[in-house]
Amino acid sequence: MSRLVVGPFNRVEGDLEVRLTFDDDTVSEAHVVSPMFRGFETILLDRAPEDALAIAPRICGICSVSQSVAAATALAQMAHVIPPMNGQFSTQLTLACENLADHLTHFYLFFMPDFTNAVYETKPWYEELHKRFRIPDGTSRLKAMEARAKFLHVTGIIAGKWPHTLAIQPGGTTLELDQGARIRLMRAIEGYRNFLERDCLGLPLEAFKEINSIDALRDELNTKAPNSDLALLLKVFDDLNLWSAGPGADQFISFGAYPINGEKTLREGVWDAGEIKPVDTSSIIEDISHAKYPSMPTSPAESHSDADPEKADAYSWCKAPRYNGRTAEVGAYARQLIDGAPLINELHSRTGSSVAGRILARWVETARIVPLMEIWARSLQRNENYLSEYAPIEQGEGIGLVEAARGALGHWMRVENGLISHYQIIAPTTWNFSPRDAKGVAGPLETALVGAKKLEGEKSPISVQHIVRSFDPCMVCTAH
Amino acid sequence: MAALGADDIGIEAALADFGIHFLYHPTLSLHSGPETLQILDECVSGDRRVDALCVEGSVLAAPFHTRAGRDEPFSKLIRDVASQAENVVAVGSCSAYGGVPAAGSNPAGAEGLQFSEDSYGGLLGPEFRSKSGLPVVNIAGCAPHPGWITETLVALKLGELGEADLDAFARPRFYADKLAHHGCSRNEFYEFKASAEAFGEAGCMMEHLGCKATQAAGDCNQRVWSGGKGCTDAGFACIACTQPGFEHPGHAFQETPKVAGIPMGLPRDMPKAWFVALAALSKSATPARVKKNATRRHQLIPLWPKKGEETDAK
Repeated sequence: MSRLVVGPFNRVEGDLEVRLTFDDDTVSEAHVVSPMFRGFETILLDRAPEDALAIAPRICGICSVSQSVAAATALAQMAHVIPPMNGQFSTQLTLACENLADHLTHFYLFFMPDFTNAVYETKPWYEELHKRFRIPDGTSRLKAMEARAKFLHVTGIIAGKWPHTLAIQPGGTTLELDQGARIRLMRAIEGYRNFLERDCLGLPLEAFKEINSIDALRDELNTKAPNSDLALLLKVFDDLNLWSAGPGADQFISFGAYPINGEKTLREGVWDAGEIKPVDTSSIIEDISHAKYPSMPTSPAESHSDADPEKADAYSWCKAPRYNGRTAEVGAYARQLIDGAPLINELHSRTGSSVAGRILARWVETARIVPLMEIWARSLQRNENYLSEYAPIEQGEGIGLVEAARGALGHWMRVENGLISHYQIIAPTTWNFSPRDAKGVAGPLETALVGAKKLEGEKSPISVQHIVRSFDPCMVCTAH
Repeated sequence: MAALGADDIGIEAALADFGIHFLYHPTLSLHSGPETLQILDECVSGDRRVDALCVEGSVLAAPFHTRAGRDEPFSKLIRDVASQAENVVAVGSCSAYGGVPAAGSNPAGAEGLQFSEDSYGGLLGPEFRSKSGLPVVNIAGCAPHPGWITETLVALKLGELGEADLDAFARPRFYADKLAHHGCSRNEFYEFKASAEAFGEAGCMMEHLGCKATQAAGDCNQRVWSGGKGCTDAGFACIACTQPGFEHPGHAFQETPKVAGIPMGLPRDMPKAWFVALAALSKSATPARVKKNATRRHQLIPLWPKKGEETDAK
């Protein structure tokens, strides 16, 4: 038996340490450590309700809009306000842009550079991947950075600065786009479609999203787009068999994404061994037996975030959320599985969630959402409101559930006497990178790492890096 | 993350044009674990030259931020590398002054590198100078404009940023000598004190909606943000995120506190009596078009109405 500590773990958002125990060359046990705590939920207390719109997004510079939308959703429940259609479209456009830009950043900046690592030098695909994805000037990397910056014009045009806009309000969004701005918005989305179809996927989005099996995907790419970034990646997945690496939990959650007129574009649900049930927020608890907090109620509607840095047996600032007492995986894979995306469902029936599945799910999602963004942008009506007014919030309870890029995000909020009296946040990576619970059950990543193998002499095993990054963790949100 | 969009090509490419490369960046570097620790150790020992140490995020009290891979406070690493670096740069209001984590009860003991809110102090103390002789350069803003980051780093690289180029809060004056208000597209409404009463309306947001653009440093409204506009042009209030202590304004962010109907926070440099007098005068001179449009969201009265259209007549 041997031990290895991998930290700092680069190319994730924020601070991460992974402690590994090996039996020979195989991981037998993993502990995932969130080493930073700031106390945002405590900071939010005793402030005006709408201050949450300024404070909560500042938890994170990469998931900022999703935190805004969660806070605005909780506030809107308390204010009994429904944004006008323009406000709904513009909110979902801004959130979709951030989410899809995150998928792009994850792929080109965080995940793919691992295949340019010298351990793969002898692989037949190494030279081409190195050319495209090497840091800092791989050809695909440079193209992707430019595509990302221009796609983010969607947030700039609707919401001004990114990150940390105040444009997203409980009643909608603050800016009415003039005729020119709406056309610039449509152009930004179109530009991103072009990048996806020309360079990244190599297939028309409509064709890509209809593909219903991995074999069909291979055929399509081989015949129509053998040089796309995705085609190259499939070869690597096959060669390294990343189809079975990093298996996830047997329970998946999606809060449902992009609601328009009360209907979620991607359905909400809990996937429990093939059966999809509605999300029941009363089944969500946060276990703190191995997290650095004193004992407290387990419901996010009642818990708090007072710290206990010296707590015995605690190794992370991340609490351990559980659904019906069990771990759950969240993210694009969970969303697409639960929403019935054919490719991800076919893959799931064969392998369950895996490194390869998580990566593919982000592109399936991208191909499904970009065409909807085009429709939403065209649906914006001139001379109609973007924002509804509402009376000041004196008291109430709200739960803001949204899907951030990395998965299910919830804000539990209470207002008394016109001030915030309770605020708890469960972020996507809090689910995925949770520590052990009172029963000793390890979190999803801790479980996924078991069985990973290290190569001779490796100090930060590449197999572990693929698995960790496949979740696209945001550590800044995880413990906030 | 905003900086990834710098100049529409990304911060790596924008800096590479000036010969600046990352020795180590937590989300951009290839290596993890021991290889990263070795690079950082060499930076601490002085075996590797560090032209600039850039820190994002508040400095937290010891137990709340441990170094991944080393059982020691993260702040020790900052202190150790800062002592070897040619320049030390705080990127964002958190590492500059403490920022949002320092709000409320400041649960994790957040402070800046060389400031605690608006006074010199912080982790490195008031006397700290990096090897270049400069104090910590504060690229304040939450989040700062990507251009502020790249332009400050390039100015340092070119040897063009001296102490005289920093203001009282150690912000680069090329952007901090301007007010966020400068270039606001609502300036006509401001001039005539024609105020919006709710977000979404076209008027000035200073009187009712908490806007502090007349009190906050930044050339925000003279720049493009992600292909779009700055805060006030996007329809929401400036909350003065470039100013030390912006996180606890003492009132709700989206409301203007007033005494006897007069906003408590007046424009920078503006004597109160003059403000009141000028406001009264300009209100009486407000064109009907400006006054009416201030509380409208759309269908604004045009500057050049056609025959039969609503005009600026009272």
